[in-house]
Formats: sequence, structure tokens, C-alpha cells
Amino acid sequence: MVTENIRQNTYFILFRIAAFLSVVILLFVLLYVIKEGIGVININFLTSMWSHRDITQGGIFPAIIGTILLAIGVSIISIPLGICTAIYLNEYAKENMFTRTIKLAIRNLAGVPSIVYGIFGMAFFVLFLNLGGSLIAASLTLGCMTLPWIITASEEALKSVPYSFREGSYALGATKWETVRKNVLPHSFSGMITGSILGVSRAMGETAPIIMVGATFFMGYLPTSPFDKFMALPYHLFILATQHSSPSAGEYAMGTALVLIALIFILNLGIFILRYNLRKRKEW
Amino acid sequence: MQEENAKIEFKCMNFWYNDKQILTDINIKIYPKRVTALIGPSGCGKTTMLRCINRMNDLIPISRISGKILYNNEDIYDKSVDVIDLRKKIGMVFQKPNPFPMSIFDNVAYGLRIQNRRDKNKVKQIVKESLEKADLWDEVKDRLNLSAFRLSGGQQQRLCIARALAIDPDIILLDEPCSALDPLATAKIELLLRKLKNERTIIIVTHNMHQAKRISDYTCYLLNGKVIEYSGTAEMFDNPKNKLTKEYINGEFG
Repeated sequence: MVTENIRQNTYFILFRIAAFLSVVILLFVLLYVIKEGIGVININFLTSMWSHRDITQGGIFPAIIGTILLAIGVSIISIPLGICTAIYLNEYAKENMFTRTIKLAIRNLAGVPSIVYGIFGMAFFVLFLNLGGSLIAASLTLGCMTLPWIITASEEALKSVPYSFREGSYALGATKWETVRKNVLPHSFSGMITGSILGVSRAMGETAPIIMVGATFFMGYLPTSPFDKFMALPYHLFILATQHSSPSAGEYAMGTALVLIALIFILNLGIFILRYNLRKRKEW
Repeated sequence: MQEENAKIEFKCMNFWYNDKQILTDINIKIYPKRVTALIGPSGCGKTTMLRCINRMNDLIPISRISGKILYNNEDIYDKSVDVIDLRKKIGMVFQKPNPFPMSIFDNVAYGLRIQNRRDKNKVKQIVKESLEKADLWDEVKDRLNLSAFRLSGGQQQRLCIARALAIDPDIILLDEPCSALDPLATAKIELLLRKLKNERTIIIVTHNMHQAKRISDYTCYLLNGKVIEYSGTAEMFDNPKNKLTKEYINGEFG
């Protein structure tokens, strides 16, 4: 009995240390970025155009806009497509070798490094489809990258709806579509949206693929059409941190990082609120 | 077994999951406005047999069926039969209460709404009548907007019965509807079924022989996918013809 208690406590302490350590590491990263970057954050930094000559005079407004536009583009391309694909795979497709292979392929695609999507985007969207380095090419490239994440997350959300709901619905003479629409989608919607937006927010932070398909470090104007090049926060901060000669570049890179984190945080807060409101209705 | 018109008739019906034969050569008639109980030990195929009647087994891709099941003398597995229509006429109540995660009202109205019954007053009226028939109205009439998940297990099962009744089915299939319920809730459901048989044909799967004895007019004893004995309930329990049936109802196995 005594040894059992000791063992019990040992494991408890072990897990507690692990949890504590994770939180501390993440908090440290966050606080470090805030401490280093907060100094450069001001209205001018957030709202004015980038000044190439003297970076202390300009701001990162075009990069913020570029990243937001990119996120919108990626969402439009990959969320509807991904959710519909998940519905098809989970609700309609027959379970056989073929669909199992497709599902496995999707899971594998979710793990392909983003740079691979970058080179694919460059070869296919930029050159072959002749879209050039542009917002649309970048949205399509990142859209391809997020698609498997969104499909996987949406499938999980659909799977979490108990089979008995579907069965009960069929037994009342509902068709497949009626069952899916009235008894599956309403209960999996919040999960699908959460997974999707999480995917998009990860795409917002991607640097490698967008360099190859249209992100640019310096642009004197905001993109006015999907075929324009664009500035983006992650690429901007990469250049500032590694290639810029200005003595204050490091500080500005940290400031940019802080803005990027804040943007993603706001997006996640949005999902959290949305999910909270949808969950209130969920009963099981 | 003097009755002539069968509501449901199994004719040389066989059923397989993959290569495993679950039901073998089923030939029985189920009579209208009677309660027919399917009894037998676990795994004997009684639930499968029940689920063949409203073609719920269609949802399982590895299943295969041969022979015929006639409903009002028409083969329900015929290509011309619309399975959606069939299920509107043959309602089902499951083993574990499975209310939808919506309000009590919406649960009962679900079947009507998928039939596009838009007349709100009519829907309200049918919901009320169905809940009354399921002996649930008095308990829930003040809280129809409450989530169905707040009800007790017995209430949930009666809600599922009300939900099935709302689309006015000809036949009601019940798959061990009381197995998750306590004796009081069970007694309520049994009382309810006795009332319902005046209007509808009821087929109930049960592993509880006493329940079969209490509520059914006919009893079918299945063992290893075969019908061992099928006769009037009183007859079977008083004077089983088959030795296997006798052993089972005397509680010697199963």
C-alpha cells in the first residue's frame, strides 16, 4: 500500500513537472518576444508604409495587410473545399481500398514540409498557370498546404458525432443528405471551423513557401488586385532578422514578430468565442 | 396461427455479414395489430432479423441478403421499393435511447420536418398527440424546449417512441427497448406497447423471456440464426414443441 502511494505520487509529480515545464518554455518565448519587440510598436509602426531608407521612419502596414489578405485568400480556397471533401469522405464514400488509400494520402500530405508546397506552387501556379508571383498564387499554394489539415480536422469533427444520431435519423425515413444536414453538420460545425481556422492561422506564419510564390520584401504600394505581389509579416521579419544592415533591424524584427503573434492570437480568440457560443448548445 | 393476412412475411430469407451466415432460411408470417416477440440468446440473429425489416442493414456495406421479405405482399427488397418511403412506414426504436441533441419538441417533430410538413399548428398538434400516445406528454408539456438529454433514460426511450409515432408508421420495430432501463421504466414501456398494438403492428426483440410472455401475442424463438419455434406466446410458453425451446424458456441456458 505504501509503495503504491509512493508510485502514485511519483507519477503525479512527473506529469506535473512536464506540464509546468511546457508552460514555462512557451511563456518564456512569448515574454521574450514581447520584451524585445514592444519598444518599436507605435501607431506609426502599425499604420504607415515601409520606409526602405530609414526603417525607423516607416511601418509594417503593407505587411500586415498582405498577411491578412493572404489569410482571407487561403480561407476562401481551402475551407469550403476541405470541409466538403471531409463530408464526402466521412459520410458518403464507401469504405474500401480506394478511399482508405485516399485518406492515408491526405494524412501524409498533412506532414509534407511547407517548402515542398512552395516549390510546387512556383512550378505550377506561378510558372505553368502563369499567375506570376502574386497574392493569388500564394493563396493557392498555402491553400493546398492547409487543405489536408482542414480535411483531417473536419473528419475528426464529423467522426465525433455519434453514429446513433445518424441511425435514428435514417430510421425516420431521412435521406442521407437530410441526415447529414440536420443531424451531423450542426453538431460538428464548431469542430470543423475550429480546425479550419487553426490551419489558416498556421499558414499565416509560413515563410518558406511564400517567398517562392510572390511575397516581396519591399513594395511601395498596397496590393490592389489578386495578381499583385505582396508583403507579408513572416517574410518581412525574416529579412529584417537576417539580411538587413540597419542597426535597429533586430528590434524591428522582434516588433514584427510580436504583431504576427498578436494577429494569430486575435484569430484564435475569435474561434474560441465562436466555439464557446456553439458549444453552449451542444449537449452530449 | 389461424390468421390469414400477414403484415410481414419472411420467405426463405438468408442473411450474411461477409461470409458469415447470420440468418438461415427464415420463413415466418407476422400478423397485423399484434405484438410479435423475437427471443433467443445473444448473437442468435434476432436484432439482424429486425433490422432487415426496415432495411437498416443496407447501411452495412458487407451485408448480403437472399430470399424475400414481403410487406403487405410486396417484396421490400425489390428494386422498385424506395427505402426512404419504407422507413417512413416502418418505424424503429433502438436498444439504447438515442434522442437527437435538440429540444424535446424538435426531436418529435424531426420526422415531420424532413417530410417538409410546414404547417406549424399541425406539427404542434402531431407532436402533442405523439407524446400523449407515448405517455410522456404530462411529464414534459411545460418544458418542450428543454434538451432531450435532460430527460431520464426511461423518458428518453419513450421520447424515441413518440418520435417514431409522429410519422404515423404502420409497423414499429423495437430492438430490446428496455435493456438499458430500470424495472419501473420498463413497466411503463410495456404498458405503452400493449396500448399501441390496437393500431399498429409491433415487433419487439427482447432477451427477457418474461417480457415476451407479458406483452406479446406471438413469439419466435431463434437460435444460431434459425427459427426453432414460432407460435402463439401462450402456446409456446405453456407447451413448447421443440426441446430446444423448452430448455431456453426454462432457463437451462442462454
